[in-house]
Amino acid sequence: MTPAAPSSDPNPRSSRDAILGRIREALRVPAPPPHVLDRQLVTAAEPSVEPRPEGGRGFPSLSVLPAEAGRPWLPDGGATPEERLALLTDNLEKLRAVVHRCDSADEAGRVVAELARSSSWQRVAWHHDALVEPLLPQLPCEAVAVDGADGSDKRRLEACDAGLSSCELLVAQTGSILVSSRLSGGRGLSILPHVHVVVATISQIVGTLGDALEATKARHGGQLPSMLSFITGPSRTGDIERILVLGAHGPKELHVILIG
Amino acid sequence: MTTLEHTAARPAKETDTRPFAETAETGGKATPKRQFLRDAEAHVADTGHRSFVRSALGGYYTSRDTQKARYRDWEHARDAASLAKWSAVNRLDELLEQFASRFEARGGTVHWAANAEEARSIILGLLRKAEAKAIIKSKCMTSEEIHLNAALEEEGYGVVESDLGEFIQQLRGEPPYHFVFPCMHVRRDEISTLFHDNLGSEPTDSPEELTMIARRHMRQLYVNADVGITGANFLVAETGQISITENEGNARLTAALPKMHIALVGIEKVVANLDDLSVLLPMLATAGAGQPMTCYNTLYSGPRQEGECDGPEEMHVVLLDNHRSAILADPEQRDSLHCIRCGACLNVCPIFKNVGGFTYGTTYQGPIGSVITPHLRGLADWNHLSGASSLCGACSDACPVRIDIHHHLLHNRRNAARTAPNWLEKIGHRLFVVVASRPWLFRIAGWIARHTMGLARRLKPPLVREWLASRDLPSPPAESFRTAWRRRQRSLPSPSQGSPA
Repeated sequence: MTPAAPSSDPNPRSSRDAILGRIREALRVPAPPPHVLDRQLVTAAEPSVEPRPEGGRGFPSLSVLPAEAGRPWLPDGGATPEERLALLTDNLEKLRAVVHRCDSADEAGRVVAELARSSSWQRVAWHHDALVEPLLPQLPCEAVAVDGADGSDKRRLEACDAGLSSCELLVAQTGSILVSSRLSGGRGLSILPHVHVVVATISQIVGTLGDALEATKARHGGQLPSMLSFITGPSRTGDIERILVLGAHGPKELHVILIG
Repeated sequence: MTTLEHTAARPAKETDTRPFAETAETGGKATPKRQFLRDAEAHVADTGHRSFVRSALGGYYTSRDTQKARYRDWEHARDAASLAKWSAVNRLDELLEQFASRFEARGGTVHWAANAEEARSIILGLLRKAEAKAIIKSKCMTSEEIHLNAALEEEGYGVVESDLGEFIQQLRGEPPYHFVFPCMHVRRDEISTLFHDNLGSEPTDSPEELTMIARRHMRQLYVNADVGITGANFLVAETGQISITENEGNARLTAALPKMHIALVGIEKVVANLDDLSVLLPMLATAGAGQPMTCYNTLYSGPRQEGECDGPEEMHVVLLDNHRSAILADPEQRDSLHCIRCGACLNVCPIFKNVGGFTYGTTYQGPIGSVITPHLRGLADWNHLSGASSLCGACSDACPVRIDIHHHLLHNRRNAARTAPNWLEKIGHRLFVVVASRPWLFRIAGWIARHTMGLARRLKPPLVREWLASRDLPSPPAESFRTAWRRRQRSLPSPSQGSPA
């Protein structure tokens, strides 16, 4: 579906054509590749001599380069599931997220209930999900579904102390949690409440950001969720004298419950 | 030809000069160069300000080095990042078209803005259509570039900056001091007073409490806003997504709660695919803020989709050229479009640390700003920024995408000398050639110089007065080098064996 360009654009077609025309004119003179240390990378990234049949200049993307070699220059993502779990836990703790290891959904439910009691939560927002639902019966406070029949109400969500969600994947390399608008209860649940509790299984841990994006593309195909967000620690700011403060606008606390 | 016409038909004179007028209080005949020299002199003398900025950056150096050490080979990662951007910028037309068609296939709309004027009118049109009453905005340097807030306020729209640093700068009525750390020059007691005066909060000297005051103030504004405006750090051609990097969560909220999301993005932000992004996202965070990743790195592919429980009903991406295609037309400096706006070059720059962010009088400060501003606003008025460099190369070393920043400053100097030569310098150099190629003349000139240097030091004649204002001439030597050399040769016991005469 391509909606008609709104009337607000002064001259939508002509600006588009003018910009693309200027770009094409400018690119008629090639720019040399950057001065890189590894000349092999340049050879691989250089435009092919033969223009492609569809008329493009035939630059390969970076992905043709070292993806298969595992990119041994980026931060490590761990070689085995055990290494990835250890790396993820370590990274999350350095980011000041709290990791809770649980053997079962029942134990996870007790952990969440204890969090609710110790912080005197009044309301917890949740979404329909196979990992989230088993935790609800033990909650000592009101539970508000954000994806119920009446849809999400941002005012009701704002009044919640905590959001309980699942995630797409966890990334060992950076300690990131990948949430999406499709599998993690929309866009607001993981960002508006003061506390975010993520529940996941250890089988959801992947090595690197590249692995995570690859797996997400494979899972959703051409229909990616409208929002995919890598959450790396609780919300923070250093805007006042470059001093770190947690909980700028998003959650002040991030709890990761790992089952398995 | 198109490029030349484009440069000649530079629109909206007022857009080009307004930021400068904002920072230069004197007005009158002040040129950007005079304003720079005056503000630089004032800031360099303000040692309190300098040491404050230095200590604010101290923690950054430590955490950046810690995070860089986690890369198994940082230099190799820089190679890959620079090649990813090179490959994207050199097929910008293809990738932009790919991005636009894939983004629109998911229900969003792409608008093309050739200049600041067009971008402002597109956004104003969207706000009218949405019947916007409350607008929330997350940090967006392109909107500073086109002076969006002023344009919105002129039309009667209230707009609130949600990023803490930008919010503080909005309350202070100042542009950002640093394009990543907007209020790094403001002390906590000033912020406390500012919040007390504007929000009625109790004075405090705790950064944490100050942050919480802003947090409480902002929450209902997110919920009540009907339009959210953001920038974007990358456009992904492969999937038709925009990528936003932030730490506070304000951009997440801005793109989640209002019913319309507008993103204003420079055309150079496009990358080929998600794989490239998996290299660029961590590098942006490490170089820019000394983090493994920033807190939120979010990809948006359009408005709320079928089966999702929230999100905006409409999403618009405004692609902004505004002289970027003129940079593209210069193959020598094309790589300055590789910039991912991490701000690392500002953080290491001895000039930035001493003259401060406002002195530049530009949207983009520091070394990268000195490279691109002459392209965005004209070389004649902004070439002096390229002179404000010690050419130490710290900026080029810090750049995660290996932009040859300090050589581009030299290129700008050369281009400026070609288009507007300094006749005094030219005559001086000619004269030097005449003198230096005639030994007898050189001897006479040396004698004159040795005997007048002392006088020049005392009298400071007009031609050298400016130069001597912050420097001192050495005391003149008693004899010329040639005389000294001859005397030394005579005093040596004998010439070395076998050497030619």
